Amino acid sequence: MEIARALGWLQTTPVAKAISENEILFPWIESVHVLAIVLVVGTISIVDLRLLGVASLDRAVSRLMHDVLPYTWGAFVIAAITGLLMFSSDAVNYAHNFFFRGKLVLLALAGLNMAVFHIVGAGDVARWGNTRQTPLPAKAAAVISLLVWISVVAFGRGIGFTMH
Amino acid sequence: MSPALTKSLNAICAWIDQTPLSQAIQVTNWVVPAVQTVHILAIAVVASSALMIDLRLIGVFWADRPMKDVLSRFLPFVWWPLLILFATGAIMIIGEPARSLKNPAFQLKMTLLVAALIVTGLIQFFQRRDTKFGDLSRGPHAGAVTVAIASLALWSAIIFAGRWIAYYA
Repeated sequence: MEIARALGWLQTTPVAKAISENEILFPWIESVHVLAIVLVVGTISIVDLRLLGVASLDRAVSRLMHDVLPYTWGAFVIAAITGLLMFSSDAVNYAHNFFFRGKLVLLALAGLNMAVFHIVGAGDVARWGNTRQTPLPAKAAAVISLLVWISVVAFGRGIGFTMH
Repeated sequence: MSPALTKSLNAICAWIDQTPLSQAIQVTNWVVPAVQTVHILAIAVVASSALMIDLRLIGVFWADRPMKDVLSRFLPFVWWPLLILFATGAIMIIGEPARSLKNPAFQLKMTLLVAALIVTGLIQFFQRRDTKFGDLSRGPHAGAVTVAIASLALWSAIIFAGRWIAYYA
């Protein structure tokens, strides 16, 4: 199968072999991955708590997103790169791991939730974004976001406990 | 570490290890990953809140707002989750005492934590003593930038040391 062949090729690339054969490289990459994902989840929760009407209520929603989300994206890029590096070191086994697969599904859900919020939920943000009260779709997007990112962390730990 | 200290640390680990709670954690294999997940989520809140304060001190986040507002939004989210971190950390120590207490990465992490808490306390203290602390209209603010960089470095190092506990065990 094409995918199986691609995964087999990936884990024989020089970078992948260096990571799997070197004892120090994987922990360092993993540490950067944890630092990055911690900042992704933490900064997203700042926006989510605003959408729920819990915190940062003296800042307009669109303004807060503009202030915070660039850091979220920066951290996400680092998490994705370090994640891909760890994945490459043992691609075939990761691809068959339940928690790894689940984590990818959860990441897709997080992206979908964000897209729906930006396209539909935030369409009238100019009307309510300055108020402390937020509409139900915004609250729903925030709750889904929090639940999905909590699950991403849980599944990430699940990978750690089932892969080694 | 001195031989006497090593000996008493060994005794403490051995004692914790045979307590019913430690035994229960050791035989229930979902406890450690579940507790670690909560631990990481609490770190996410602490580290991101500290990051926002540090970025404000450097002058690239909420620069239009007084330091007082930034601290009143984010400082509680640095201090309060520490209770969750201590509780979940304690569960992990009780479950695997020797793997944590005797671990150089763990010992380094606790030292760094004390330093990070002192730096966070200093930021709070400076702002209370001088309400214009971190005020960007003042021009150069080397002191504020210095504590911000110390805070960023310490919290990052704490997360790294935390991950390395697994590799020193």
